[in-house]
Amino acid sequence: MDLVEYTLPPPPDQRVPDPAAFAGIAIEGVSKAFGPKQVLDGTDLLIHKGETLVVIGRSGEGKSVLLKHIVRLLELDEGRIWIEGEEITGLRTRRLMELRKKFGFLFQGAALFDSMTICQNVGLMLSEHSGLSEDQVRARACECLAMVGLENVEDKLPSALSGGMKKRAGLARAIVMEPEYILYDEPTTGLDPITSDAINDLIIKLQKELGVTSIVVTHDMPSAFKIADRMAMLSRGKIQFTGTVEEVRTTDHAMVRQFIEGNARGPLGAF
Amino acid sequence: MPILVTNLGGLVLLALMHTGRGALLLRAIVVQLPHAWRMRHLIYEQMHVVAIGSMPLVLTTSVFVGAVTAVQAVYQMQAYVPMKFLGVMISKSVFIELGPVLTALVVGSRLCANYAAELGTMKVTEQLDAMNIMAIEPVRYLAMPRFVAAVLMIPTITILANGIAIFGGYLASVLTLDVTSSTFIEGLRLFYDPLDVIGGLIKSFIFGGIISLSGIFFGFNTEGGAEGVGRATMTAVVGSCLSILVADYLLAIVLFQIVFGR
Ligand SMILES: Nc1ncnc2c1ncn2[C@@H]1O[C@H](COP(=O)(O)OP(=O)(O)OP(=O)(O)O)[C@@H](O)[C@H]1O
Ligand SMILES: [Mg+2]
Repeated sequence: MDLVEYTLPPPPDQRVPDPAAFAGIAIEGVSKAFGPKQVLDGTDLLIHKGETLVVIGRSGEGKSVLLKHIVRLLELDEGRIWIEGEEITGLRTRRLMELRKKFGFLFQGAALFDSMTICQNVGLMLSEHSGLSEDQVRARACECLAMVGLENVEDKLPSALSGGMKKRAGLARAIVMEPEYILYDEPTTGLDPITSDAINDLIIKLQKELGVTSIVVTHDMPSAFKIADRMAMLSRGKIQFTGTVEEVRTTDHAMVRQFIEGNARGPLGAF
Repeated sequence: MPILVTNLGGLVLLALMHTGRGALLLRAIVVQLPHAWRMRHLIYEQMHVVAIGSMPLVLTTSVFVGAVTAVQAVYQMQAYVPMKFLGVMISKSVFIELGPVLTALVVGSRLCANYAAELGTMKVTEQLDAMNIMAIEPVRYLAMPRFVAAVLMIPTITILANGIAIFGGYLASVLTLDVTSSTFIEGLRLFYDPLDVIGGLIKSFIFGGIISLSGIFFGFNTEGGAEGVGRATMTAVVGSCLSILVADYLLAIVLFQIVFGR
């Protein structure tokens, strides 16, 4: 047990006076519990339009849960979330579906449809929501697969792919509709360093060329430093720190230091 | 004793709760029915799932059901009832009861397990979430085609099963029971009432709905990994079978006593 007392600054103020007028995503006081376990506990977070925000935090702190709340895959217990000034809690299904079309979501476990081929997986959204012909859908799907470095896997089933390949196919599926927002849940975990870096470049390219707003959850610190405009650390159900890459590198916030140095001693504890 | 009562009470409560939520699912599916034509390829795919592999099951079950009915009928009729009534007994019990109910139980369980396990796996591996986020409603894309396929295919298979069962009864009677072919066929024509067949098919149509709803409902509500999928599948099949038996009783009253009754 650590006997050292750490003094931690209070969580940063992450609220805007009028979230309904905020361009981007505003998360205010979101709480979520699963049974007795309080995962999110009054989380505040702002994501500005066009930025890449990297969310770091230890395993099991609720990063994936936070991402899912943004697109309402989970219903929050308390708090409010605005997307471009529109509050998503209590939104009607039809409108919610419209809003979701602006989003790409890379699941931590890829979540490919295992009864469909890779090409059908990637192209599904196009064939459902755009008037493109079958050939056009296929061409676009292959284009996206090439962007993540996958070739000649179009007609394979997901079960025939390695973990890292599934992850990349999931990424191709997330970007196929050229969404305005992309939520990445650990895009580079399970990838070799070279592929990881190519994925980093892709994330940066999407932001620069298409103006995509991204939230990236990752444990991969080199990748985080490379792609982030801003970083936020989630711990104990709250965002404990936000800052630019420079601020993260130089901060003396004990939690952030412990995390980026990968130290078993510190306010976060080891287990 | 009190434990039994509370358990029973809990069970009834649970059943009612599920029925309520099942009704909501049914409504959600019905709302999506206008899309059925546009999504016919998915429906065909699911109809294929029902048909393929069900045939050996249907064939075996039906032949033996028909044959057993014949043997039992002959045993009960013995010397009291003329053998020309054999065909009537077999056809009436097959058309009204055995064909629809056994098809629903046997083919239906297989189908229900298929639906629950596949959708349950999709749920626990976040594939349903992925679909939702792609603005594709799982009820429209997954549930509706399965529901339509079951509602169309279960009666179709029942018709087939009816035919095979009658044939099985015929074979058993003629080959082993000393009933002549002409006596058997005369019996079939005697008291033939198309309402029997229609009533049986209405039943199996509703059974198709019950089977698919149970599989889809428990599949969509699966929690917790492989174990959860196993549990969901089991619950779905048990729920489907029990509901079929209860519904069979209610439908017997509604159809054959009230609607078709004099
Ligand atoms: N559907 C669920 N039911 C019950 N508990 C859940 C559910 N989803 C998440 N949790 C719990 O919420 C907590 C946070 O989970 P989450 O997946 O968000 O962690 P994470 O920060 O993404 O971790 P990792 O980095 O390992 O992916 C965990 O303790 C987990 O047990
Ligand atoms: Mg996670």
